[in-house]
Amino acid sequence: MERILFYIFAVLIVIFAVASVSSRKILRAVIYLLIVLTAVSGLYFLIDYNFLAAIQLTVYGGGVIVLIIFSVLLVHHVELELEITPLKTKIIAAALVVAGLSITLWAILTYPFNTANNYKSIEVDVIGEKLLSYGEGGFILPFEVISVLLFAIMVGAIVIAKGKKLGIKTGEKLE
Amino acid sequence: MMMIPLNITKTIHDWLYSVMPENAASITEMLLIAIAYLALFAVAGLYLVLLERKVAAWFQLRLGPNRVGPFGLFQTMADALKLLSKELTSTDKTDKFLYNLAPFFVITTSLIALSVFPFSKQFQAFDINIGVFFLIAVSSIGVIGILIGGWSSNNKYAMIGAMRSGVQTISYELSVGLSIITMVLLTGTLQLSEIIEIQRTGGWLIWQGHIPAIIAFMIFMIAGTAETNRAPFDLVEAESELGAGFHTEYSGMKFAYFFLAEFINMFIIASIAVVLFFGGWLSPFGITEGITWFPEVLWFLIKVLIIIFLMMWFRWTFPRLRIDQLLTLEWKYLLPINLVNLVVMAIIIWLNLTF
Repeated sequence: MERILFYIFAVLIVIFAVASVSSRKILRAVIYLLIVLTAVSGLYFLIDYNFLAAIQLTVYGGGVIVLIIFSVLLVHHVELELEITPLKTKIIAAALVVAGLSITLWAILTYPFNTANNYKSIEVDVIGEKLLSYGEGGFILPFEVISVLLFAIMVGAIVIAKGKKLGIKTGEKLE
Repeated sequence: MMMIPLNITKTIHDWLYSVMPENAASITEMLLIAIAYLALFAVAGLYLVLLERKVAAWFQLRLGPNRVGPFGLFQTMADALKLLSKELTSTDKTDKFLYNLAPFFVITTSLIALSVFPFSKQFQAFDINIGVFFLIAVSSIGVIGILIGGWSSNNKYAMIGAMRSGVQTISYELSVGLSIITMVLLTGTLQLSEIIEIQRTGGWLIWQGHIPAIIAFMIFMIAGTAETNRAPFDLVEAESELGAGFHTEYSGMKFAYFFLAEFINMFIIASIAVVLFFGGWLSPFGITEGITWFPEVLWFLIKVLIIIFLMMWFRWTFPRLRIDQLLTLEWKYLLPINLVNLVVMAIIIWLNLTF
């Protein structure tokens, strides 16, 4: 039954990934993308990696997609459709896609994959300890580096969003 | 063969596996559980609506629904039948696909969230080892249904309602998550059944964690009420400003789905509160501990109903907040209190000051 479920998820991912890039209505494209991401999290559930599956749902489903939908809601009306790209762009894009796809396929098909044989799901406390350990195989350095990066991004976003201060004397407008 | 841990009741499970081959039994079991949950929560949702109307009537010194059936018990059933038979209308130039998808989105996410709750020792469909986190993950997706429903209605009031809902849910999710994390510090596990087992020996978590746990509970109730878009945080569907908000253009059963989902979400918030603070299906002071025939699910339901009553009490007591007050409450009060509370909880556990 796992096999059947896997193929269902795989077909869903492929169909909706194609639909997502070929749809002319932008919010539909976003929803198709959401279905792709949810199906990927279904794959993680299938291999019993529950933590990663839930992360996938929270970060991509709840975070990224909601933000994209927000920006779409702000700038797009329901009747608008995206323009059809000119033929030249289409050809260049197709060529790039074929090149990328062939490289990826070559890499996948030549790599000797091992079958995952541990069905024991990983406990969250193990992940937490690994993240904070500075011994061998610990992830404290990347964890801290990413924290600093995210903090810098947050400060940057606030500074950019705040814009220029309202001049008292000149009375110039906010940018 | 991967076993999905469905252990709804041991006897049915064993019987199914004894009469059928493994795959067929597993699929039958999933179907049975799905049907049971759907039926149960359609009915539960209907009666929560009735309860809401009765409580509202009580608060306003009225009688409430009292014509259909004894004490109006069949009123919401009749309403549901009426909604079923109604025409499904839509506005001009909507995005039909998204417009029809939105109600299903909302109701599916709330039903998925229900599957992880341990209603009693045996009655739990999906005992996943990241239970609490799974709940947060699923509930963060529900808002997408409201957003696309509001947008695809092609109605500016629905749109404003959807935007408000998005802002509100995203902000208050933080507080819900952080107050849950505060309690997870105390339990040390994310699995809901284990969280309840911990409370069997040490007492309910709100007692074990005393001061920070009570603060966490208060924050959770405020943020949870906001997340279900209920009054006093119902800016999403503020009747006097936006018609009915994001579901203005929905009719018949599609509207009923939104309505039902709101009540199921209320049930979910109350259930999380019961599991994390009040011992889930455990009896108070262990009074029915030794009685094997006593249905533990009763304790769970009683506690959930008390919390739901509390939320209804909020609804009919406080006036609606303005959008700036709503955001001030979250970002300037609840969030800082929550972060400090998290540290206090950590210190208390570190110094072994828990009961």
